[in-house]
Amino acid sequence: MAAVQETVEQVRKIDVDQYKYGFETKIDTVKAPKGLSEDIVRFISEKKGEPQWMLDWRLEAYRRWVNMIEPTWANVTYPKIDFQDLYYYSAPKSTEGPKDLSEVDPELLATYEKLGIPLREQELLAGVKESRVAVDAVFDSVSVVTTFKDELRKAGVIFCSMSEAVREHPELIKKYLGSVVPQGDNYYAALNAAVFSDGSFVYVPEGVRCPMELSTYFRINEKQTGQFERTLIIADKGAYVSYLEGCTAPMRDEHQLHAAVVELIALDDAEIKYSTVQNWYPGDKDGKGGIYNFVTKRGDCRGHNSKISWTQVETGSAITWKYPSCILRGDNSRGEFYSIAVSNGWQQVDSGTKMIHLGKNSSSRIISKGIAAGHSQNTYRGLVSAHRKATGARNFTNCDSLLIGDKCGAHTVPYIEAKNNSAHFEHEATTSKISDDTLFYCRQRGLSEEEAVALVVNGFVRDVLQQLPMEFMAETQKLIGISLEGSVG
Amino acid sequence: MLEIKDLHVKLADEDREILKGLTLSIPKGEVHAIMGPNGSGKSTLAYVLAGRDGYEVTSGDILWNGESILEMEPEERAAKGVFLAFQYPMEIPGVAGLTFLRTAVNAVRKARGEPEMSTPEFLKYVKEKAARLKIDMDMLKRPVNVGFSGGEKKRAEILQMEALEPTLCVLDETDSGLDIDALRVVSDGVNAMRSPDRAMLVITHYQRLLDHIVPDRVHVMVDGKIRKSGDASLAKELEKSGYAEYQAKAA
Ligand SMILES: Nc1ncnc2c1ncn2[C@@H]1O[C@H](COP(=O)(O)OP(=O)(O)OP(=O)(O)O)[C@@H](O)[C@H]1O
Ligand SMILES: [Mg+2]
Repeated sequence: MAAVQETVEQVRKIDVDQYKYGFETKIDTVKAPKGLSEDIVRFISEKKGEPQWMLDWRLEAYRRWVNMIEPTWANVTYPKIDFQDLYYYSAPKSTEGPKDLSEVDPELLATYEKLGIPLREQELLAGVKESRVAVDAVFDSVSVVTTFKDELRKAGVIFCSMSEAVREHPELIKKYLGSVVPQGDNYYAALNAAVFSDGSFVYVPEGVRCPMELSTYFRINEKQTGQFERTLIIADKGAYVSYLEGCTAPMRDEHQLHAAVVELIALDDAEIKYSTVQNWYPGDKDGKGGIYNFVTKRGDCRGHNSKISWTQVETGSAITWKYPSCILRGDNSRGEFYSIAVSNGWQQVDSGTKMIHLGKNSSSRIISKGIAAGHSQNTYRGLVSAHRKATGARNFTNCDSLLIGDKCGAHTVPYIEAKNNSAHFEHEATTSKISDDTLFYCRQRGLSEEEAVALVVNGFVRDVLQQLPMEFMAETQKLIGISLEGSVG
Repeated sequence: MLEIKDLHVKLADEDREILKGLTLSIPKGEVHAIMGPNGSGKSTLAYVLAGRDGYEVTSGDILWNGESILEMEPEERAAKGVFLAFQYPMEIPGVAGLTFLRTAVNAVRKARGEPEMSTPEFLKYVKEKAARLKIDMDMLKRPVNVGFSGGEKKRAEILQMEALEPTLCVLDETDSGLDIDALRVVSDGVNAMRSPDRAMLVITHYQRLLDHIVPDRVHVMVDGKIRKSGDASLAKELEKSGYAEYQAKAA
């Protein structure tokens, strides 16, 4: 056990210096007063220049939220959050106005550069041609810039910030916002509906294959500020889009709340591929600070033959509470969930998915890889259900957990509900430990213990890694290594 | 030169001595063979040379090129040229053989102050060696040792050995599980690596291997100690008479 013991020691040492995104950007901000009330909701709505109907929608959500209680069923523990002790809106001063790359505060551009997110289109064009990615950069509560908008517009694709969509495309927002995750869906979704600040909006019209990867990069910068972004993606009939979100935050001693909502709608024959690389600040070695990541993500395979695929790589956050799900409403629709959840230090992850089979011959596939190290707790929680009418529904689930050291925990909580005899659900689960013998074998070949752990873990998650867009695979592989290593990546 | 001096080794978690005052020297340029009954401590010696956890050296020393390696981590020893071909190579699911080999080669090169190899360089380097060992490149795209036959695993070990260019090679029952042709291929590989600046220790149960890899010295190990040493003919003698004589002495 000595080798594993040492790994545990190393893992224990990992903290802030490991988190290379932990810097803070000094920038003037406009903030809402502290706390939450109807007035704050109005303040946010007004800041965004929203129409009355949008404000009414928010207020309805707020009134519901006030009467709701925080969920406690997840396998996570944390002190009660004082929702009056948070700021619900913070925006860099400079972005209040029209946004175009040339007008973006250089301080912000530098921030994204430092994070490795290219925002300058020319540079992108000059670089590798095949891997162009359009980026919507969200800084605290607002979207600061969206790249490649013109080019996307030519293809008929709308990719803009949520605030802009509310102003420019009210008909789409009215039709689809809250149609997958209603205002009162759950505690955090209701909170988000009341105070959501920004996020991305994507509409891909009928028959269009989005010509490039879309991505949103979320950055929390301001202290004591919650981030409540809301993303809405609609793939009209026969459309295809692949979208990736990334997240980071500075290191701070206090916990910060992130309560996002993502809604996906796929109409007949449409496909949405949604990937997340979540690397919010996880807290230090003693569990101090870090992001509370309480997120509701749901996709609606509304049309026949539609497909929604979630891929997530979760390495950050002090607490992750997140279940990207698929409502398989259309006949022959397909839902996929591929997940890598790495927890270390004192991180707590309770994540998984729900596959709700409503349509005939709908199928789903769940591949979850949980890696727990340090004192962390890593839970997979998943529901697969088949409605009475969902004849021929099929699911395959595979949940593997890997433990590093003996102070962490991995748990699998699968729920299966089949109200239909013809449903065919398969479930496989394994839990293993990184063996000392495997590590020794690698080290005998010259790898350091950390390299050995990273190698074994990357092998363990390979099936899921391959689901990520090419552009992000190598980066993600490194990120997984860094999350577990003691060396500075 | 490898010098093992009066080495006493016990299990870390148990009060049980496995190596009981083992002394052995292998000059560079020589190949020595160790033979001995099951459970006599041959693999233990190999592991202790490579720095595996779970054993405690209670006295004695191991010098490699005049320097004690006892305090070194396994990867430091690998960088110093120590290589162990495992009796039971480990499987690493999801990690392609080539990835593993490349990571290893670059790790030791880096530690030895040599530049890392580029992808094309590395592929050329491996292809040649694999061809000689009759290893299909497709096999190296599969996860390390997963689903490999016993013989395939052993050949893969030799490929790794060649790629890492060690100076102290320890082969623990590399011949077990090899068919007649594979035995020849592997032996040719090992013989090709014989060189004036390399020492080799071959652990085996069968004289057959030593027809291919003719050792400079043969040592008989029984109950944690070298009981007799001799030239290649000692192996032939053992083949006939077995270990009874030495076991009686050890008891
Ligand atoms: N980690 C360990 N835990 C418990 N016992 C061990 C351990 N390692 C070695 N031993 C014991 O030490 C003795 C020597 O084992 P070792 O594997 O070195 O023998 P060997 O000579 O290689 O045998 P074989 O010819 O069967 O491969 C055996 O009795 C074995 O059970
Ligand atoms: Mg043995």
